[in-house]
Amino acid sequence: GGMAAAAALLLLLVVAAGPGPGRAGAGQERRDALREELLLSPLPTGDVAATFQFRTRWDADLQRGAVSHYRLFPKALGRLVAALGVRELHLALTQGFWRTRYWGQPPLQAPAGAELWVWFQPTVTDVDKAWKELSNILSGIFCASLNFIDSTNTVIPTASFKPLGLANGTDHHLLRYAVLPREVVCTENLTPWKKLLPCGSKAGLAVLLKAERLFHSSYHSQAVHIRPVCRDASCLAVSWELRQTLTVVFDFFSSGQGKKDWSLFKMFSRTLTDTCPLASQSKVYVHISPKNKEKELLEVSPPPTSVHEAIVQGEKKTYAVYDLLSPSLFNTSRSLNVQLKWKRPQDSSEMPIPTLHAQRYVGGYGLQTGQICTLIYNTHPYRAFPVILLETVPWYLRLYVHTLTIITKGKENKPSYIHYQPAQDRRRPHLLEMLIQLPANSVTKITIQFERALLKWTEYPPDPNHGFYVGYSSVLSALVPSVTAMKDMDVEQSPLFTSLFPSSDGSSYFVRLYTEPLLVNLPTPDFSMPYNVICLTCTVVAVCYGSFYNLLTRTFHVEEPSRGGLAKRLANVIRKFRGVPPL
Amino acid sequence: AAPVQVQLVVPIAVVFAPGSLPGDLPRPLPFRDVQEMEISVNVRTSVTSRYEMLYRSTTGQEEAALAAVTAREADAALHPLQDTTLGSLTMYVVPETSSLLPQGTNVYVGKHRSALVRAGGSLAALQARLREVTQVMSFTASSIAAALSDRVPDGQLSPDARRYLKSSLGYEITFSLLNPDPKSHTVDWDIEGAVNRYVKPVLDKLSLVANFSVDSQILYYAVLGVTPRYDKESSSFLLSAHSLPHVINPVEARLGSSAASLYPVLNFLLYVPERSHSPLYIQDKDGAPVSTNAFHSPRWGGIMVYNVEAPPSPQASLPLHVDVDMARVMEVFLAQLRLLFGLSREEVPPEFLLESPGNEGLADWELDHLLWAHTVENIATVSTTLTSLAQLLDKIGNIVIKDDVASEVYRAVASVQSAVTELSLGHLHAAFQASKEAVTSSERAFFDPSLLHLLYFPDDQKFAIYIPLFLPMAVPILLSLAKIVRETRQRKKEPTKMD
Repeated sequence: GGMAAAAALLLLLVVAAGPGPGRAGAGQERRDALREELLLSPLPTGDVAATFQFRTRWDADLQRGAVSHYRLFPKALGRLVAALGVRELHLALTQGFWRTRYWGQPPLQAPAGAELWVWFQPTVTDVDKAWKELSNILSGIFCASLNFIDSTNTVIPTASFKPLGLANGTDHHLLRYAVLPREVVCTENLTPWKKLLPCGSKAGLAVLLKAERLFHSSYHSQAVHIRPVCRDASCLAVSWELRQTLTVVFDFFSSGQGKKDWSLFKMFSRTLTDTCPLASQSKVYVHISPKNKEKELLEVSPPPTSVHEAIVQGEKKTYAVYDLLSPSLFNTSRSLNVQLKWKRPQDSSEMPIPTLHAQRYVGGYGLQTGQICTLIYNTHPYRAFPVILLETVPWYLRLYVHTLTIITKGKENKPSYIHYQPAQDRRRPHLLEMLIQLPANSVTKITIQFERALLKWTEYPPDPNHGFYVGYSSVLSALVPSVTAMKDMDVEQSPLFTSLFPSSDGSSYFVRLYTEPLLVNLPTPDFSMPYNVICLTCTVVAVCYGSFYNLLTRTFHVEEPSRGGLAKRLANVIRKFRGVPPL
Repeated sequence: AAPVQVQLVVPIAVVFAPGSLPGDLPRPLPFRDVQEMEISVNVRTSVTSRYEMLYRSTTGQEEAALAAVTAREADAALHPLQDTTLGSLTMYVVPETSSLLPQGTNVYVGKHRSALVRAGGSLAALQARLREVTQVMSFTASSIAAALSDRVPDGQLSPDARRYLKSSLGYEITFSLLNPDPKSHTVDWDIEGAVNRYVKPVLDKLSLVANFSVDSQILYYAVLGVTPRYDKESSSFLLSAHSLPHVINPVEARLGSSAASLYPVLNFLLYVPERSHSPLYIQDKDGAPVSTNAFHSPRWGGIMVYNVEAPPSPQASLPLHVDVDMARVMEVFLAQLRLLFGLSREEVPPEFLLESPGNEGLADWELDHLLWAHTVENIATVSTTLTSLAQLLDKIGNIVIKDDVASEVYRAVASVQSAVTELSLGHLHAAFQASKEAVTSSERAFFDPSLLHLLYFPDDQKFAIYIPLFLPMAVPILLSLAKIVRETRQRKKEPTKMD
């Protein structure tokens, strides 16, 4: 009896000592899970957007432990996070531009080219060095020219780009943000991205990721997000989350042959045949209620396994759900080819306009000065909301800050927060951050003038007459008021496309928008000029040299007068006619 | 390659137990003696080894220790009485009739830096035997040649020499479990426990040589590059030896590079064959199945095929759960690790008995063996690196050597000189440390980015740019030259006309 009691007590003690913070990992069962998801949303223009999300969640602390043993989480990224003290990493590679005005609010937008923003751990002493090293390693992993990230295109935003995952402090000195607008995204970037998936492109949703179809599209954006998240509701332990997202927009003229009816096969020239055995969830969502419509306009076939209703971006939306893991799905047919058909022709005039959208252009003429204009639209009928604007402008456009004007409805709009860091030539770009209140149903125009600087001849990129992508894109982060109040939901249960950005409260939702990149012509010299100058000078020198040489080396001697030259004979003929004696 | 002259000095104590003294000793004990050996590599590289022997008789404590029943016990008892500096050796000569050594063995090599040698009649016979033991426990001509394999002419190198890993400041060891068929098999391996139990003791010992990091991963849908052949007789699948070179390439693309460090990677792959290709066996050159079902690739790592026992009924529910027997796997991987470091125990004469290193996986003298080879290799590498830098500077005159690069070069030269000096004094550990510093400094100097800062214009391009100048200038000169030639010819002709 006594022995048993002692044993029970011992067991109790062991159990009590179990969930201490120091013991995580060792001996415990490693828990990592993969969820995959495809969201198909027909766009008002007739195009269709497909958003893939693959989420690997690992219930382990990447920052601790000398020996690291990986299962689903890719080793290359895990080692990077551990070695360089990364708290959060967001990398997006994008080809094309998301047209917010016509396509509506994107689930995930990224600027054209490459975008990288990273939060480092407070333990990192030299953040700049870690940032440089990180961009070099990432450029190796993703075959992208991220190694061109240096101090001239890196900024430290103070208000935008708050951490999306768990964070104790938000000291913005641990944040770095950079965009490379000239980066061309292609197959060589997609292949390493696919290689990070546990099932590769061999099974599951990833079989649809065929490069020749994905890049035959109007918009292609692939991203990697790594962040620490709460392990459970009590949030006593940290899990690490890797989200790989890929958004692609298929054009209905080029891919859909002018028809607005879509199917998986039409988009990807593949169908889904089997599931990834490692995934704990594998679902296809189809958005079937167009904006502002309660009634379903779309017909999907085969019949979905279930219908999901959610409030996404402030609106109630209905999704048809295909659960690939449910055994009934592949029972009837061997493959799944989701088809979308419109019930009645869509009226293009009633295209809904998103609450927040923006556009940007370069004004002015000539090659000396110019101005950047940004137009921000708030189409909400009665509610005002604030927006944070982030502008990064390279140093070779010299901003005149005193010309900064913000005008809404004919009146000046004073920003409530403004942070400006002037550029230093060849060292760092301009950074301008403002918190602007957008009144209801208004257009806000922000203009700032600049002067173009002259570059050294080695600083011009290849093909300089193409122009320079400057100002990258300005980034708008806003809490947009919702039409329908949102309910608190469990992040683990809700679909992935709703759970990347944290929701603040029910009345508004977070949106990050990027405007178009600007193309500015700088005064470009004629690069063949030095050679022309050398040629011309050399010719002149050579001619001078030749005549001097002749003068110095020629021997002059008196020539016997002969019958005279042609001119003399001609003159004599004329003189003969005139009756004058010849010469 | 650059000239390298190194003298390796091994201090050896030869201790005679009572009754083991050869009859023809030249002098009374104790006395010193020196033996030299030349290891020829090539014309410009010479390595001489110098064995400094101290002959003495046993002390009372040693005598007591040698009175043990077995060699292993004697070895353990003798260990605290020995000189424990790296590189030094102690040989205990026991009487010919001693029962410490089993029948048929004349030499017992212990776990540490000592050996028991059976006395063999005359002094010359004993010395021959001692030389053999010394070479096994420190370095042989072939191990030094393997370390200097870059300098050895192609034909003369043994095929094993190219297998050994190059000396480096660190190594990354990656264990990968390849599961090409996750639909049929869910494979679990307790890699964390196995690493702690089997690999860590070895690496702790090796930490003197280099830094090691260990990690592991599981790769799904990773297939070998060769389709195995079905053998009807054994109803199994076979991979023949000649197809093994093609196995690795498609897998390697998935392994992932070590982006975060510059150290070489050692890959150990455990391959669980697909259900449709099970069981899978590797055949050697003669067609016989390899007992370990594993093979290694020189300077790269090893692969082991782990067959899953077929379920009793084919209708068993899939996926099949597989728990990997890590002891069996790690035994193979550790043997491959030793092989890649050149610590194979196969080339030892038959009358030798080597004590198994036990849990540590590595005897002290094996560590010395590695240090000798790596020190010599480091010195040769530094010499090569600095020579190539000098040659580069001779070729491209306008490379700028900054002060910090110059100081790295000076430091490398000083370190390599001190390494050579320490070697000739018999201080192996100090020599190895100095050679490591020399490698670090010389690599830093050679790969300094400032060396490539300037734009280099080759001479022919410069000439092309100035052609518009030179060509018009050359025209009048050539014309007047032609004129002079014409005139002199005419002048020569004129006198003949006069005649």
